[in-house]
Amino acid sequence: MTTKISRRTFLISSAAVGGGLALGLRLPPFGPAVARAADGSPEITVWVAIRPDNTTIIRAVRAEMGQGTITGLAQLIAEELECDWKGVSIEYPTPGQSVARKRAWGEFSTGGSRGVRQSNEYVRKGGAAARMMLVQAAANEWKVPASECTAANSVITHKPSGRKTTYGKVAEAAARLEQPKDVPLKDPKTWKLAGKPVKRLDTAQKVNGTMTYGIDLKLPGMLNAAIRDCPVFGGKVKSFDANQVSGMTGVKKVVQVGDTAVAVIADTWWQAKTALDSLSIAWDEGPNAKISSADIAQTLKEGLDAEQTFVGNKAGGDVKQALAGAAKKIEAVYSYPYQNHACMEPMNATVRWTPERCEMWGPTQNGEGAFAQVLAASGLAADRVDVHNVMLGGGFGRRGTYPDDYVTQAVLIAKQMPGTPVKMLWSREDDMAHGKYHPVMQCRLTGGLDASGNLTALHMRLSGQSILASVRPEVLQAQKGRDPLTFQGVFESGEHSLNYTVPTLLVDHAMRNPHVPPGFWRGVNINQNAVFIESFMDELAEAAGQDPVEFRRKLLSNSPRGLGVLNAVAKGIGWDKPAPAGTFRGVAQMKAFDSFVAAACEISVKDGNKVKIHRIVAATDPGYAVNPAQIERQIAGSFVYGLSALFFQECTVKDGRIEQTNFHQYNSMRIAQMPKVESIIMPTGGPIWGGIGEPTICVAAPAVLNAYAKATGKRIRSVPLKNHGIQLV
Amino acid sequence: MRLTINGKSHEVDVDPTTPLLWVIRENVGLTGTKYGCGVAQCGACTVHVNGLPVRSCSIPVSAAVGAKITTIEGLATGKTLHKVQKAWLDHDVPQCGYCQSGMIMAVAALLKSNPKPTDADIDATITNICRCGTFQQVREAIHMAAKATA
Repeated sequence: MTTKISRRTFLISSAAVGGGLALGLRLPPFGPAVARAADGSPEITVWVAIRPDNTTIIRAVRAEMGQGTITGLAQLIAEELECDWKGVSIEYPTPGQSVARKRAWGEFSTGGSRGVRQSNEYVRKGGAAARMMLVQAAANEWKVPASECTAANSVITHKPSGRKTTYGKVAEAAARLEQPKDVPLKDPKTWKLAGKPVKRLDTAQKVNGTMTYGIDLKLPGMLNAAIRDCPVFGGKVKSFDANQVSGMTGVKKVVQVGDTAVAVIADTWWQAKTALDSLSIAWDEGPNAKISSADIAQTLKEGLDAEQTFVGNKAGGDVKQALAGAAKKIEAVYSYPYQNHACMEPMNATVRWTPERCEMWGPTQNGEGAFAQVLAASGLAADRVDVHNVMLGGGFGRRGTYPDDYVTQAVLIAKQMPGTPVKMLWSREDDMAHGKYHPVMQCRLTGGLDASGNLTALHMRLSGQSILASVRPEVLQAQKGRDPLTFQGVFESGEHSLNYTVPTLLVDHAMRNPHVPPGFWRGVNINQNAVFIESFMDELAEAAGQDPVEFRRKLLSNSPRGLGVLNAVAKGIGWDKPAPAGTFRGVAQMKAFDSFVAAACEISVKDGNKVKIHRIVAATDPGYAVNPAQIERQIAGSFVYGLSALFFQECTVKDGRIEQTNFHQYNSMRIAQMPKVESIIMPTGGPIWGGIGEPTICVAAPAVLNAYAKATGKRIRSVPLKNHGIQLV
Repeated sequence: MRLTINGKSHEVDVDPTTPLLWVIRENVGLTGTKYGCGVAQCGACTVHVNGLPVRSCSIPVSAAVGAKITTIEGLATGKTLHKVQKAWLDHDVPQCGYCQSGMIMAVAALLKSNPKPTDADIDATITNICRCGTFQQVREAIHMAAKATA
């Protein structure tokens, strides 16, 4: 096997060394300590270091998994810094460095479409403060007021005299200045770099095979591990005989991992996997070994009539009374299945453990969460562990942190091989069997119309699984048992509030938590809630004899931005004119992650079951658009992810375990099925920044479901469509 | 066993049933070719064997002995990128990028056999999975690459 150290690994190692420097260990002869980047360049603020050659190092701690966050954040910092964009490179401080500097870089977690929107202000200030310090350093050198100096493209100019210097020349002096407290930011309307469709910073390595993902890491002396976890959630290892495979080629050790798994460590992963496949492991399958999808569905069905619920949104008086008095009452029951994230790169982590130090290299959406797992599993103190994040081969919420997940496993394996780095990689089959699944949910919607067809009362009863009950139980405790995230898109207030105004409204949740572990699946609970409410809006409009866009407009009187995106897609698709012959249209709108999104589509249906999507028009109002080209790609990609889920994807449970093992049973859209997506990016500004990576995904499915109902007269109320014999062609 | 990869000869001591993918990644050390499914479904492991696109997770290394194997690392000519790589760069195609080595290799093979593919040709030939959903950019970049001369 190879022991070559890749360039990336070298960079990671030197970043770790630089960490010592960045902790302020290198003290200048006098004055305040200067922290430094990995290559020794002086740090001006925690977000910016300047090299002597006048190029710029921008720091990032949010994870890059394809969504373009790092490029977007760098644009925001560079905008305020006034540096030369061509010379920008990215450096990733580690969670260990952050802990040692009192969380100088703030939040690492990259989920909930928060990467740009929730760090935009402090990173822009980090860029602006650095510019002010660099300009001040030049002004000090020239003995002129800083107010007479300007900065552009990493060059500082003293206007009255015409003297010029570069950031690179004054960086050492600037790094010794105190950071200003009052840091004004630019009006976004004056942005020159932010807000523009500049290219990503990480593409070159992705087209020539040199980008290093976790699966590609090579450390000196590294071994590889394959792991088998109990196929039934809640089960344990009963027994195994290591001697069965310990003599096989390349095998170094067979180890138990916690209570639930067994791993083989070998020279290569293929050897480890081959040996593991030959090893018989006896399982204690535990209390869940008989549970099937039908049992779970029955549990949820009972919740639809439960007395005890948690309320997520309420308006007007008693909803039952209002429904009883309605001129017309409409009712429908929907359901949404378990789904796996199926990141292209299966879960993996590389760990080196010694009694003195434990480090993890690998893909994570939450460096600090991974740090906490390494800390707990290693048994070492916080100043003796660290995490080095790498490019993620997809994340979609799967690589957030969950208890007892892949990072913990990798530490527990490496602990049994002290001093030797071990890369643990899951097979696709492991990845399918041990996901953190999109939770299951059923929903009964009951709507009441008055004699003129106005929606007067709506009861939305959710019954199903809470993600937070499993992964953040402390949130439920604070909420007296309620999981507020369950109500995403239909909540009473906040980033996921319901756009519609309904005179009498009740949204409540009967929590039913099956044994299958749930997780944050791109978009999280907006996916099912949008299918439920946006399909039902069309059902109500039909019952009222009204056009579905017109019906929604009336309910959006208090949501100008919701109305804005709905009108944009209606105009874009040409809603006021008939659809082209043989095609049928559907729409959906939602607010999610503080962005307003809508989609309209045109589909045709052959033989009643072969769906062709001809066109999608999607509008998003995220408040601010930092990189429109990347937003466009996130929007188009959301339809691939969302429509793959709608048409193909369900994880079913039999004998307590997941039945699907690979892409042949868990399909994903191919290029032939990809509709043309026209994006309308319409930021309206204001105090709140919305997310990009997730919101659009939720309008994909209901827009198509509504078009399908128009085309066939058949309303589909459960996902995926393959269960109804419907194909995407 | 002796393998010829990107014009270089490599002696590898492995079980002959080992999938070509894992020999390329672990024994030869070229990690640009990715593992996605292991059952020839996703195409992340696509390489060229004697100029034809092959899902390397699903052929034994013994079947590739004596063949000319090209991986993503060998697609460029020296420092000159292949026209597909160039189109990918110009059009900013990758998102997470994990599937793109395989996607690029599949497209390079398509353009070799069919220099001006129609959308229908693309639909019939390019069956790689991309979970980020880059297909719209992939299609546009294929047409860009087909127009390029080099």
